[in-house]
Amino acid sequence: MDLSKLTIAEARRALDAKEFSSVELTREYLSAIKEKNADIHAYLETWEESALAEANAADDRIAKGSIASLTGIPLAMKDNILIEGRIASAASKMLENYHATYDSTVTVKLKEAGTVFLGRTNMDEFAMGSSTENSAYGPTKNPVDTSRVPGGSSGGSAAAVAGDMAVAALGSDTGGSIRQPASLTGLVGMKPTYGAVSRFGLIAMGSSLDQIGPLTKTVADAKILFEAIRGHDANDSTSLPNREETVRKPKVIGVPRAFFNSGVEKDVLDQFEKKLALLQTAGYELRDIELPTAPYGLAVYYIVMPAEVSTNLGRLDGIRYGHSVQAEQLYDVYAKSRATGFGAETRRRVLVGTFVLSAGYADAYYRKAKAVRAEIRSEFVRSFESGIDAIVTPTTPSPAFTFGSKSDPVAMYAEDVFSVPVNLAGVPAISVPGGTVERDGKKLPIGFQIIAPHRGEETLFTIGEDVEKANG
Amino acid sequence: MSDAVDIKALAKLARLEVSDAEVAKLETEVPGILAFVETIQKVQVSVVATEDSLRNVVRPDDNAYEGGKYTEILLNAAPAREGNRIAVKQVISRKK
Repeated sequence: MDLSKLTIAEARRALDAKEFSSVELTREYLSAIKEKNADIHAYLETWEESALAEANAADDRIAKGSIASLTGIPLAMKDNILIEGRIASAASKMLENYHATYDSTVTVKLKEAGTVFLGRTNMDEFAMGSSTENSAYGPTKNPVDTSRVPGGSSGGSAAAVAGDMAVAALGSDTGGSIRQPASLTGLVGMKPTYGAVSRFGLIAMGSSLDQIGPLTKTVADAKILFEAIRGHDANDSTSLPNREETVRKPKVIGVPRAFFNSGVEKDVLDQFEKKLALLQTAGYELRDIELPTAPYGLAVYYIVMPAEVSTNLGRLDGIRYGHSVQAEQLYDVYAKSRATGFGAETRRRVLVGTFVLSAGYADAYYRKAKAVRAEIRSEFVRSFESGIDAIVTPTTPSPAFTFGSKSDPVAMYAEDVFSVPVNLAGVPAISVPGGTVERDGKKLPIGFQIIAPHRGEETLFTIGEDVEKANG
Repeated sequence: MSDAVDIKALAKLARLEVSDAEVAKLETEVPGILAFVETIQKVQVSVVATEDSLRNVVRPDDNAYEGGKYTEILLNAAPAREGNRIAVKQVISRKK
């Protein structure tokens, strides 16, 4: 079995044709994990016994012909998505021994489909970061070049798939945490429309921005996984109602050159232009567009997100669950538990969030940021209303970087410059492989980002597959 | 506008103990981040923030689940327990 070529679609075909069983497939992945994970550190924990039991149950279902799209497919789960009874630590010391008390909605859906859960993957603590270097359990390496980061925060999920230790994985994307690692490891990564996938049972970071989504080897696989996890959920008050979308076949692609022309490394831009030319050859019309407020997205994001982080993480205080340091005074239980449970970047964002929400500063920072966010959202909506079917940008300004090279927090934040406006606007986007660039004699992948209107996922898949075809 | 950020006061608001060494580090990092995000002050906002996609959602005011159903599960996650309660330190201490 060649795991490097295996996709969900191909595994589905082979499982249904009885070329191999889900137990055999799961064993292959478990042995690949044994062989590679010590070096790559994609997984924080693997669930050998339960994975084989799930595979066994899936084989029974397949024998009976009761087959869903993901029956018997081995997946990796990011460490911030709850599976009842399993540890979900969000790669934090704060939740090191926290066993989930319920299943997330996506977990329920995957269990109903008969999916096999291989294990939980490493990430930046509470999904805050772009390299996995903020994990309390040590960083994950990029399987393409182990001297480099896999991106983040869903870096473990990306490395598991890129390193052939899972056929696909779930991640979460608050400002680029699925698309950026997909870009840096040569995968497809998708952030759905805000509200398309339930956030119930996802450990919250920035609640107005978070979405769960797939990391896969192909666009077709991303679609399969997205279809399996989407849908309205009464347990998530921001969940969108179910509605059949009729999306017209995309023809016009908007290119916001002024937004990305500066700050992108030259060969990354060259690769991007090559893909654009290929899309034009494939029959798309390219149209230059303006997104004048988008360049402010990053600054808006680094106000709105820490504000929501400081609020969401307020519940972690050593009282109800998680890491707790006992002290004489109640205040000291809070302050000491949080000081020792949270890592440096988490503490930094909690403080920045507290600042931008504090009396005297909230108007200038948080409320102003909300207003600019509305402007950004409106720019996207207006572009799409003017006859543009999709907007494209490079996913990141540069390929995977080496460990420790972005120790200045603001330099690390710049990784997200093209991905955060998407979360702020709530629109869906996908990163597909967009060629390679050479660094230190190594060919490193870069991503091509496609952005669609709200609920326009179908457009992402259509154009994404055309980019794949052009890649050959 | 954010030249001087009182990290210790902020940490107290955030219920976060910070060491002196960390305060020194944060005193350069936090203003650096704030200086970066302050660029949004330059943006002229024309859109009225209606945010029609964000609205309050409430469920019917009835019992969402049977009382006591999750008590054990939730108490098992708590660091300290007394009977069917989570035990916490006294909030108001008597002066000695």
